[in-house]
Amino acid sequence: MLTRLLSNDFPRNRILAVVLVGLLLALAFMPFIFPGVKALNVAAKILVFVVLVASFDLLLGYTGIVSFAHTMFFGIGAYGIAIASTRMGPGWPAIATGLAAALALSFVLALLVGLFSLRVRAIFFSMITLAVAAAFQTLASQLSEVTGGEDGLTFKMPEVLSPGYQMSETPFLGVMLDGRLICYYLLFFTALALLLAMLRIVNSPFGRVLQAIRENEFRAEAIGYRVVVYRTTSSILSALFATVAGAMLAIWLRYNGPDTSLSFEIMLDVLLIVVIGGMGTIYGAAIGSGVFVIAQSYLQDLLRLGSDTASGLPWLSALLSPDRWLLWLGLLFVLSVYYFPTGVVGRLRAMRQRA
Amino acid sequence: MKANLLELSGVHTHIGAYHILHGVDLSVPRGKLTMLLGRNGAGKTTTLRTIMGLWRASQGAIAFNGRDITSLATPEIASMNVAYVPESMGIFADLTVQENMLLAARSARNAAQMDEARLKWIFSLFPAVEKFWNHPAGKLSGGQKQMLAVARAIVEPRELLLIDEPSKGLAPAIINNMIDAFAQLKASGVTILLVEQNINFAKRLGDSVAVMDNGVVVHAGSMKELAEDGALQHSLLGLAI
Repeated sequence: MLTRLLSNDFPRNRILAVVLVGLLLALAFMPFIFPGVKALNVAAKILVFVVLVASFDLLLGYTGIVSFAHTMFFGIGAYGIAIASTRMGPGWPAIATGLAAALALSFVLALLVGLFSLRVRAIFFSMITLAVAAAFQTLASQLSEVTGGEDGLTFKMPEVLSPGYQMSETPFLGVMLDGRLICYYLLFFTALALLLAMLRIVNSPFGRVLQAIRENEFRAEAIGYRVVVYRTTSSILSALFATVAGAMLAIWLRYNGPDTSLSFEIMLDVLLIVVIGGMGTIYGAAIGSGVFVIAQSYLQDLLRLGSDTASGLPWLSALLSPDRWLLWLGLLFVLSVYYFPTGVVGRLRAMRQRA
Repeated sequence: MKANLLELSGVHTHIGAYHILHGVDLSVPRGKLTMLLGRNGAGKTTTLRTIMGLWRASQGAIAFNGRDITSLATPEIASMNVAYVPESMGIFADLTVQENMLLAARSARNAAQMDEARLKWIFSLFPAVEKFWNHPAGKLSGGQKQMLAVARAIVEPRELLLIDEPSKGLAPAIINNMIDAFAQLKASGVTILLVEQNINFAKRLGDSVAVMDNGVVVHAGSMKELAEDGALQHSLLGLAI
């Protein structure tokens, strides 16, 4: 059962298995462990990033394609939900229509970008995707009648997903069973299902061919695989998963704007998370997202605590100022790359191989 | 059925601005092992890659089993049971030995679906493939990698094997193992076109031979005839076998 569920791709390292199970349990019971709003927002962001980063890893880690247009597909998913919910009013039909339209648009765009660009050298493909993503972001900002422009769109979700909805008047384990909780678990099970689906893809014969292409496309072609077809298919699958991740974000936030889902900063975050977690390992997306989003969300609080504690030493207190959180985040990234050059998952699996 | 499985007539190949093959005429008899000899830069590897469609012939014709394959894409040529073993241990280092084999076994999704009898035969030819079945291919030694590359090519029955310098960079003991394996492979009836610089390797295995120089075939005949004619070897290859 577990073998089928994980597509025979076990963590292959005891520490990694413990960390993954710990992360899964923490996310599964987050509303009950930390019932606060911030903790739930952080957990929901982790779930969205797990899907987004894993989908990017399908492209970069498994196929060797460097695309900067990934946030464009993420944005299409978020805008699909936002525009449909604004135009059609809150409800499941709006979510279904928005998601279906976003998936269709992502499919067409990924196919076009793939067919026209994947034949060129890697660096040129990256540049093309960067240009396409920048153009799309500008378009989203300019088409203010449809997208809400720079202000974005604020919309409502179906009642059952709204914070005002109460499933029961009595709290369960001290937590109110409201629409926010239902929305969180919708995200949780969607992310889990998508992650397992991606695990299945990379461990299928198709995934094996993608890895062969990543390593040497010339040899893969010589065995008889149509490299362009495989690369384009991988590109489309990755775009579709990113689109669903965008939809998840919009459903959670009930808002979407260019900075929320299309900014280049998100693309940089995704790249950092892939490197931290380990390229070519779907599990790396989960661990990397957990580490990065928690650091991004709580580093300032931690620094504030450190700064107050070190108030007797002005230079240390200034160094630990919460305003310097990006400096410390950068330092953490440098250290993680230094000590985990193949990412956390790559390093842990290599330890197991040596043993 | 034609006696020659593969025939090249006046094949020219350009790579960028370079004119590499200048009208190659080559016949590969069915069920035999043909050695393709020649100095470095003679055009041997380019000939194999042109047959496989990896580089396009700019002129001339390539016929396989009587069918013109000159303009076919590589995957189409591969689907006609033609396997190519590139030089320099053409394996996928990040994948396991098993995954390398599965890549070429198009009819199998997993190891359990592979032809068991054929796999046993391959294991008997190349024991290292069985021994390191679940190991990353990148961890194998040079000889083992080369054996895996050949094993991968024959994981399913092939009509034609194109093998590029299998002995390159290998120790003499490993080369002897390789020769034994190729002798068994030859006995199985598969047609082989083998590029080689190791003349002893060629002498022990070849049925027929073609010698290339400056992008053309300058001699074609039986391997035995060439092995017995020291003067011809000297004039063609600059050495005696």
